[in-house]
Amino acid sequence: MTTSTNSTSSRGDRPPTGLALWWKQTRKTLLPPLCGIGGFLLFWQLSATLGLTKLAGPLSLFTEERTRELLFYPFFDRGGLDKGLFLHAMNSLSRVVLGYSLAAVVGIAAGIAVGLNKGLDRALDPLFQFLRMVAPLAWVPIALVLFQNNQPAAIFVIFVTSIWPILINTAEGVRQIPQDYRNVALVLQMSNRNFFTKILLPSALPYIFTGLRIAIGLAWLAIIAAEIVMPGTPGIGFFIWDAYQNSYVSDIILGVIWIGAIGLILDRLMVWLQNRIAAGQ
Amino acid sequence: MFTPDTLAHSQATTAATAATAAALPPLLRFEQLSKVYATPRGPYPVLADINLEVNRGEFVCVIGHSGCGKSTLLNMVSGFATPSSGRVLLDGQPILRPGPDRMVVFQGYALLPWLTAYDNVHLAIDAVQPQLSEHQKREIAMEHLAMVGLTAAVDKRITQLSGGMKQRVAIARALAIRPQVLILDEPFGALDAITKEELQEELLSIWNTQKCTVLMITHDIDEALFLADRLVMMTNGPSAGIGEVLSIDFPRPRSREDIMEDPRYYELRNSALDFLYNRFAHDADEAC
Repeated sequence: MTTSTNSTSSRGDRPPTGLALWWKQTRKTLLPPLCGIGGFLLFWQLSATLGLTKLAGPLSLFTEERTRELLFYPFFDRGGLDKGLFLHAMNSLSRVVLGYSLAAVVGIAAGIAVGLNKGLDRALDPLFQFLRMVAPLAWVPIALVLFQNNQPAAIFVIFVTSIWPILINTAEGVRQIPQDYRNVALVLQMSNRNFFTKILLPSALPYIFTGLRIAIGLAWLAIIAAEIVMPGTPGIGFFIWDAYQNSYVSDIILGVIWIGAIGLILDRLMVWLQNRIAAGQ
Repeated sequence: MFTPDTLAHSQATTAATAATAAALPPLLRFEQLSKVYATPRGPYPVLADINLEVNRGEFVCVIGHSGCGKSTLLNMVSGFATPSSGRVLLDGQPILRPGPDRMVVFQGYALLPWLTAYDNVHLAIDAVQPQLSEHQKREIAMEHLAMVGLTAAVDKRITQLSGGMKQRVAIARALAIRPQVLILDEPFGALDAITKEELQEELLSIWNTQKCTVLMITHDIDEALFLADRLVMMTNGPSAGIGEVLSIDFPRPRSREDIMEDPRYYELRNSALDFLYNRFAHDADEAC
């Protein structure tokens, strides 16, 4: 009796291996989201099949021949606008990267300037708070008038949508540098360059990354607005707009899935970068 | 021991020739020092008519009730505050701004948490003596971290260190740039009793070897009696001043046991207690 209980308990203590271990570890984290997504898709499909909504259900991705082709062949390129969705997405991504990088450079620089200079802060802060409330779509006509050209206008829309959280967070990060750190710089008579690289940047870095992470989401959200003004150029935003004008509803759904997935990947990428660079702060 | 003076010799030839080697001019001189803060309810005089001389290599503790302007007094030495009238002279030169010749061990340590203990010390050496070779900087940093017993923890991040270890890093950083005056604002206030005693002993042994001038704020009479050559006792504000200065002339190097056995210890302790709790007792209604 005693021996048998001992042997079962020792077998129970032995850590599970292979597939069993993987299942044990991921069961709690994987199962609920799978149930949630599955339930949502089921509800959506049912309401479409029963005619509750005019929106096609998720199964239309497979039942519509045109959409199925787009779903399974994301890499084809027949020239012009007739491309796979991966290529459309890459075109959009390159635009977002350009506009976002510009916003990061200008936003961090302006944020540091505003954070260090109280007068500048008082002068410009109301303006920033006002401009950040303007929706990406509202910038489109302004960008077109400003640049008279689609490509720079689209990049400007991404830039102007994503710059505010970077700027405002950077400025806050610089304002929040503890007086103790500034006193250390003062008593050591650190050069401006040393203060900037050794104290200001590392101290404000967590705030800057928070801004960068919010901004990458916004930049990607602005892509549709940006590409509506660019008819005739490949891009995921244009693809959705074009599908809408042709009433290809299942194509729109597929495009939206691509947008959501890429947005999610970009966000996770920023979190990963933040954890790597700003670790230990 | 007289190196600081020989260095200063070329700059202040007249001062050096006027004084004999036996009677050096004081390193620090407070002259009719006053500080008035502007408040919404009008000007508030914190300190008034402070006169004090501190000699080279002297260890001076400042004690007084909270709100009496001890920190303000030391801030005018470090240069973070400027006098409303009067002045503080270091080697005959009025103090105008913060500088590495008057290094501060801050109350909240003020270490950079994203750096290691070594990097914090190195940063200070690098800022003050950029002309040194990397090898020399490393040697100085390691030497001072060893002095405070942190050789094993040099590569630990500040966030991984205990309060006592943080204070050790702060002391190593302060001493590594070889200040003429070391300013400590209640350095051991937040530490437990055992760590506190350890650090007091370490500070004393380092001071014995480096012979820099120390100004230290404390709330602890026993700490002051163990460490200091003189104890400056301040009256209560507003317009706080120096009430009395006790000379503590126990022989050095000191040991806690020897001092406790000395009858003068209790005389000094009683007069300090009498000053703080009878003659200048803290009025609770006036507490800041």
